[in-house]
Amino acid sequence: MTGQQLKIERRREIRHAFRAAFPHTIPIFAGFWFLGLTYGIYMNVSGFSFIYPMLMSITIFAGSIEFVTVNLLLGAFNPIQAFTMALMINARHLFYGISMLEKYRGYGWRSFYLIYGMCDESFSINYTASIPKDVDKGWFMFFVTMLNHIYWFSGSTLGGIFGSLIHFDTEGLDFVMTAMFVVIFLEQWLTEKNHLSSLLGLALSLLCLIAFGADNFIIPSMLVILAVLTMIRPPLEKRLGSPASGAAPPGKDASGAGAEHISEDNKRTEKGGEQP
Amino acid sequence: MMLTQQIITVAMVVLATMLTRFLPFLIFPAGRPTPKYIQYLGKALPPAVFGLLIIYCLKNVSLFTGSRGIPELIAIVLVVVLHLWKRQMLLSIAGGTICYMLLVQFVF
Repeated sequence: MTGQQLKIERRREIRHAFRAAFPHTIPIFAGFWFLGLTYGIYMNVSGFSFIYPMLMSITIFAGSIEFVTVNLLLGAFNPIQAFTMALMINARHLFYGISMLEKYRGYGWRSFYLIYGMCDESFSINYTASIPKDVDKGWFMFFVTMLNHIYWFSGSTLGGIFGSLIHFDTEGLDFVMTAMFVVIFLEQWLTEKNHLSSLLGLALSLLCLIAFGADNFIIPSMLVILAVLTMIRPPLEKRLGSPASGAAPPGKDASGAGAEHISEDNKRTEKGGEQP
Repeated sequence: MMLTQQIITVAMVVLATMLTRFLPFLIFPAGRPTPKYIQYLGKALPPAVFGLLIIYCLKNVSLFTGSRGIPELIAIVLVVVLHLWKRQMLLSIAGGTICYMLLVQFVF
């Protein structure tokens, strides 16, 4: 192939990955515009220019801590408090990183961006989505992350610009995020052989929510989940399979001649839904 | 707060957030084999984390005041049923969200 042909082929590959990634991010568009607008409006009515939500949505790109940062900016100057607050609220990212050690590696500068933009939603989609065999994984995950980033940035900025001018009845729209995580949980449930970890995640978090309350339950939940998973490691590890295969659905790692056949299969499972 | 103080505050938040995202990749670099225990956690954690995220979304639901979590329950059941039936992500999410919006705006 000549250089020109390679270039065209590369562009086609990138476009193809974009088309595959976009549908996965549509629910995030709804959720992030709603939350982003709310966040921008909140900053606007707190007396900040739209520059603030604009720059903070790009640099921080983590929903809940950005709302908290508004209060930090309104209070007395305390950088240590800002640092520890952000560390505690975002500690769950540590779990995402541990889960993505293999998946996010080997894509050069895109790996850096994938880790930089690893919010709840990008992690969840990139971890569970069954990427068709003919789509480049690195570009797929890159576009999922980038689109989410753009949705959050544009929503926050628009909210900051138009602020209190916006009046429309969107009560309940924030449920789109809950619905998405329920679907992601279900997708994981339908592909895993053993449901122990899923069930533990739900039950232990619920117990911690009851014990510690809505504002302080994330860190205890993480610690308890970590402790229990460590205690039950020998039996659970056996059931999860060999270290190399990962928790991905069967067939995902296959390569070579069967590739096209597998991507067909993936499409069919996504569309059909005739689950045995 | 002065502008420089604001910039420092936001920078601290960015720094801490990025630390939580990059730390695992820095501790377990690509060249060296990742410890077996961490590999195990990499597989065992995600399902539990998805459970945690659902509870996180529902953390402000009160079972004893207001609508008592009934709209949330109905909408989640609908999401699950739709998804098991058609297994189309967008349909399940849109169906559940519209149902929830109708419930909180007109019923409860």
